[in-house]
Amino acid sequence: MTETFTPPTRFAVPGRIAVSNRTATLWQSATITEIRRETPHAATVRLAVPAWAGHLPGQHLMLRLTAEDGYAAQRHYSIASAPDDSGHIELTLDHVEGGEVSGWFHTVARPGDRIEVRGPLSGFFAWPGDRPALLIGAGSGVVPLMSMVRHHRARGLDVPLRLLVSARSPRELIYAREYGAETTPVFTRSAPEGVPVGRVSAAHVAPLLAEQPPGGWEAYVCGSNGFAEHASRLLVEAGQPVDRIRIERFG
Amino acid sequence: MNVTRGFTGRPRVLNAGLPPGQYDAGDDWPVLSAEVTPDLPPGQWTFRVDGLVEEPRTWNWDEAHALPGSVYEGDIHCVTSWSKFGVRFGGVSLDAFLGVVKPHGSATHAVAYSHTGYTTNLPLADLTGGRAWIAWEYDGQPLAAEHGGPARLLVPHLYFWKSAKWIAGLRILDHDEPGFWEQNGYHERGNPWEEQRYSGD
Repeated sequence: MTETFTPPTRFAVPGRIAVSNRTATLWQSATITEIRRETPHAATVRLAVPAWAGHLPGQHLMLRLTAEDGYAAQRHYSIASAPDDSGHIELTLDHVEGGEVSGWFHTVARPGDRIEVRGPLSGFFAWPGDRPALLIGAGSGVVPLMSMVRHHRARGLDVPLRLLVSARSPRELIYAREYGAETTPVFTRSAPEGVPVGRVSAAHVAPLLAEQPPGGWEAYVCGSNGFAEHASRLLVEAGQPVDRIRIERFG
Repeated sequence: MNVTRGFTGRPRVLNAGLPPGQYDAGDDWPVLSAEVTPDLPPGQWTFRVDGLVEEPRTWNWDEAHALPGSVYEGDIHCVTSWSKFGVRFGGVSLDAFLGVVKPHGSATHAVAYSHTGYTTNLPLADLTGGRAWIAWEYDGQPLAAEHGGPARLLVPHLYFWKSAKWIAGLRILDHDEPGFWEQNGYHERGNPWEEQRYSGD
């Protein structure tokens, strides 16, 4: 399969980003080395994956837990850490009510436990650090975006990058202490004194599109479907081209 | 088998309809499209079948609705590992469209493409024989835009990324050409019963 079909329609699917698919089929063992709480509902899990082939910010992996009777549960999770050569990666997981996988991580898992992972997967949401990036996330939708922010920082990239992150309250804001001048937090339920409460709105998006860098923004949106629909609509209304909006929805 | 310490998982349900590695999403129907949901009114929707066919043709909304109606009642399976049981889609069997355009004997594959530019490749054999539809109703209601309305391709025996939302057309080919996710590492065919999630599975 070498030829690729170009559809006569063109409403708008952003082009692909070339990544290696070589590692996608292999399940490999990963050992938990650290679990740290981020918010009352989210925790970061650090994994030693000695054979990790490296990833781009924004990519995800598939993870598998296996019970003694052979029952296995697998889920996709975004990678939170920036690419590095530490042989470790980090995931940040919400504790989903009744979630068999996230429940295990939040109530049973401890350093030394071994799980299985395959990946990194999919280049669509990846950001190689080559284009100006406008990132909009809500809740744990900030996880793949944080990999981009960390990469930007770790490499000292000078390509523009902005992050709009929505959380219910300051307590629920994941990675709160790590944000810098590139980030605008938005609080939907309660906010610090003097900070307005409300959803991400045109008032947040318009100034970012007004200060567009040469060549324009590549927009990355991540969150629940409801949030992704809302945020992507704001971007389109503010003039962001549809074929430069990449969306990762939970599910 | 690499047992995870202390992992028990959800209560086991004996469900012959659940492919390996999948779980029952119940009433949820997650939305996973990678692009902006298009604002596409039925009056602007068209569906074209061309390529290796005797009579390429484009149908508009009313013309497509004039074809004999057909319903799919059954299950759907997403590669992200949820399955949804007992769904009901209404539309027209793809056989009805293909019967009009008449694919050549040399035709083996198709690329389905959306009004958004999304693409996915399928063997022609997966699109014929009453196993694929153009669907515009869900549970008796117009199909919601976020689920691919006004009309989507429906190929329920394969992982659901093959069921292209906002379907715009099929290009009939004599070879396989990878679509959007297939270029991003996903399996060429995507049979949930063989757990064909990623290239090489």
